[in-house]
Amino acid sequence: MKYEATIGLETHVMQKTASKMFCACKYEYGAAPNTHVCPVCLGYPGALPVMNEKAIELCCKAGILLDCEINPYSKWDRKNYFYPDMAKNYQITQADEPLCIGGHLEVEVEGTLKTFTLERIHQEENAAKNTHVAGASLVDYNRAGTALMEIVSNPCMHSAADALAYLAALKQIMEYGGISDCNPEKGQIRSDVNVSIRPVGQKELGSKVEIKNMNSFAFIQEAIEYEINRQTALLESGGTVVQETRGFDANRGETFSQRTKENAHDYRYFPEPDLMPVKISKEQVEVWRSELPELPAQRRERYVKMLGLSEYDAGVLTAEKATSDWFEQAMQHTKNAKAVSNFVMGEMMRLLSEQELTISESKVTPEKLSEIIALIDAKIISTGAGKQVFEIVFNEGGKPKQIIEEKGMAQVSDDSALDGWADDAIAAHPKPVEEYKAGNTASINFLMGQVMKASRGKANPGAVMKMLKQKLDGC
Amino acid sequence: MADLHKLTIAELSEKLAAGECSSVDIINDVLASIDATDDKVGAYLTIDRNSALEQAKAADEARASGSNAPLLGIPVAIKDLLNVKGQPCTCSSKILEGYIAPYDATVITRLRAAGAVLLGRVNMDEFAMGSSTENAALGKTANPWNTDHVPGGSSGGSAACVAADEAIASLGSDTGGSIRQPAAFCGCVGVKPSYGRVSRFGLTAFASSLDQIGPLTKTVKDSAILLEVLCGDDQLDSSSIEMEVPRFGKHLTNDTSLAGMKLGLPQEYFVEGMDPEVEKVVRDAVEHCKSLGAEIIDVSLPHSKYAIAAYYIIATAEASANLARFDGIRYGLRIDGKDPLELYEKTRSAGFGSEVKRRIILGTYVLSSGYYDAYYKRAQKVRTLIRNDFTEAFGQCDAILAPVTPTPAYKLGEKTDDPLKMYLDDILTTPANLAGNCALSLPCGFSSDHLPIGLQIIGDSFAEETILKVGHAYEQTTEWHKRKPVL
Repeated sequence: MKYEATIGLETHVMQKTASKMFCACKYEYGAAPNTHVCPVCLGYPGALPVMNEKAIELCCKAGILLDCEINPYSKWDRKNYFYPDMAKNYQITQADEPLCIGGHLEVEVEGTLKTFTLERIHQEENAAKNTHVAGASLVDYNRAGTALMEIVSNPCMHSAADALAYLAALKQIMEYGGISDCNPEKGQIRSDVNVSIRPVGQKELGSKVEIKNMNSFAFIQEAIEYEINRQTALLESGGTVVQETRGFDANRGETFSQRTKENAHDYRYFPEPDLMPVKISKEQVEVWRSELPELPAQRRERYVKMLGLSEYDAGVLTAEKATSDWFEQAMQHTKNAKAVSNFVMGEMMRLLSEQELTISESKVTPEKLSEIIALIDAKIISTGAGKQVFEIVFNEGGKPKQIIEEKGMAQVSDDSALDGWADDAIAAHPKPVEEYKAGNTASINFLMGQVMKASRGKANPGAVMKMLKQKLDGC
Repeated sequence: MADLHKLTIAELSEKLAAGECSSVDIINDVLASIDATDDKVGAYLTIDRNSALEQAKAADEARASGSNAPLLGIPVAIKDLLNVKGQPCTCSSKILEGYIAPYDATVITRLRAAGAVLLGRVNMDEFAMGSSTENAALGKTANPWNTDHVPGGSSGGSAACVAADEAIASLGSDTGGSIRQPAAFCGCVGVKPSYGRVSRFGLTAFASSLDQIGPLTKTVKDSAILLEVLCGDDQLDSSSIEMEVPRFGKHLTNDTSLAGMKLGLPQEYFVEGMDPEVEKVVRDAVEHCKSLGAEIIDVSLPHSKYAIAAYYIIATAEASANLARFDGIRYGLRIDGKDPLELYEKTRSAGFGSEVKRRIILGTYVLSSGYYDAYYKRAQKVRTLIRNDFTEAFGQCDAILAPVTPTPAYKLGEKTDDPLKMYLDDILTTPANLAGNCALSLPCGFSSDHLPIGLQIIGDSFAEETILKVGHAYEQTTEWHKRKPVL
């Protein structure tokens, strides 16, 4: 029998807010433990939550970007469970009336355009960070109560590739929308993955297994693949899949059982009496919509249609928001999109990856690149020299013009200098000269290379070509 | 001793303004009174004498430099569930022993700004769960009128200290009658403000959708003065209402006429099993209001009989979550275990008293999967019906007159073995909490055993001015509030 997998994701995204969800404490990754805490996020007696309006805005903006319906009336609930990572021993979340309902996103998976639908996005508060050391557990409440939204997909994916493409697109949209930095290492994007298996053609879904709390995309892929294989093998050997919660052991690349259905928590949700329901008007939604930046898909289209870039180049440039923003900034200073694109995709990406830097750390700023491009366009330096200047600025900083002067990189168009190099090249290489004259015009390129070599790259290629042609055609 | 402790806020403010006494004099008299009587009453859990005297000195200095803040130099006792920075806040529970509050509740900030002197912390039923202050784990409080009897609860200490002249006024909290019932039992005035009037920030929560902080005082006028300071919108409490606070104190005049006022009398509040003396005294009070010019009309609050059931579902459900934070991890009592679960179990088993445990279990049960719809959801529907009852009644009358309790204060130990019997005593007070109305209790007579009996005046949401006006007119024309217990 053939089996198919069904996968749904619950993705927690930490929003980029200055303060926590229900108190004024700020969130700072890596701060000394328990330095950003107050009676509210420590669950002290008498402390009350106050809603962070910015978080609501960001959650709704995420919803708008994902084509959700923004709920005009949503409310808060308490989710009860005892664990030291939750100071109040209940989490404030949204059970039956989330901020955003439905929604979808379109993603290309292995060459096919697929639509993945969402169930909802709801707002909640983050838990504290527990660290287990020998003989003790340590709790850092700095993260407790930070703004966290949960994006719940429908069970609409069928492979690890689907899930990864969905997550990558989600991450990209959250970054573009300024909703979250989505840094997996900082736990800003974490997913619970639901996987079930059923015989192809069967209508009902199989027993659902939930794999909890994974931040690395690579682990998510491994866990899904492991789980599909495990469940398939179980069914094929006549066994049954138990509905349960599993963890993923990254060292072994395996999932392991944590909690079965019988031991599932009863969270005893009930309406949070300390907070008022959230009412959002249609007008407000439109204001938020108008504030949203262009999404990658829209940017890609603009790069192709307005700037004349290829689909491929536009795709590479928009893959990461930081790169695309850098490109946009450079375009403020130059009209030569193709040249900026070539430099970013060529020299920039090569040097960044060699030196393991991000584009924001590059010493070549958008202004400096546009200056280099302007010098090339004005034929003051050759494209090759431009690349050298780029690399010098990238490594050492400095001003392109000054570097060109100091290193004598300005190209030579002066006929008298070119004349000598051209004559030398023709005299020294009679074979290509003959070939050219016999009609093999490509042979002129060899001579051209000789002149460039003699000029140590400084000769203006256009002028060299013109002079060589004059000399050869004239004889 | 100049007997300053026997006076009211209004009287002391006049004396202070006239320079006839200092705040330090008042504190000294009140401290002397506590020393003389509190071993019999047991109202206080902690008294910070040095701090009280320092605050009084500061108040006297402020007055000398021209301040006339509304409570300047007036000592106020605080129910032990309000957070005061640097002080314990035990809620009369072992689980909070050792906890020192790191912040001021909003009402405390407001008292400080108004110049009040924070005198000490008074006893209560553990986490405000009880009607007799017998559920207190850290102190025993008696009724000043007869120390064999209960002071009522949960704000038993707040009522007893005012009745015994061990404080000029106090703060209590009312979730299902916890201000009005002890006020009635101890013969003082207590106001439960409308839900949202007073910020709950810093009030250790029992049932968040029902809790309100309010004053307990010797007169209606004093309650009005104190209430004015406590009320107002607070950014730290989302359930507080943005609404202008009337000048409650100033608006009370010497005019004792109730002409033009319609006062409703709900038949459902004269319940079966009610003590005949209570019924007679309350009906006499109603007649008295009529003699002041009020028109008395019959109103019906037909769903009142379901109030107790709905109240004990909603209140315990909320409490089961509110009290989950007392787990031994961050503050208060901790009894270690081999893992967090064992630590929780040991700490909470040792830290909570039996009534608190009973309510946590009840609340956990009614929220459990499969029971939520049958209990919690239905209770919320009943709550809506009760609210509708009041809306309809207030379409016909300005305020409602009723008893506060079915009986006067009963004996210590009389009902401790039967929690349900004690729950039923809240029958006349819980509806106002469920509906979010304001209500007050004031003395309207005595039983043949010389125990005080209270009159309840219930107002529509945010109609505090109306009930204060009715109460003030009644008080101005009667003498009950002038009687003092002999200790």
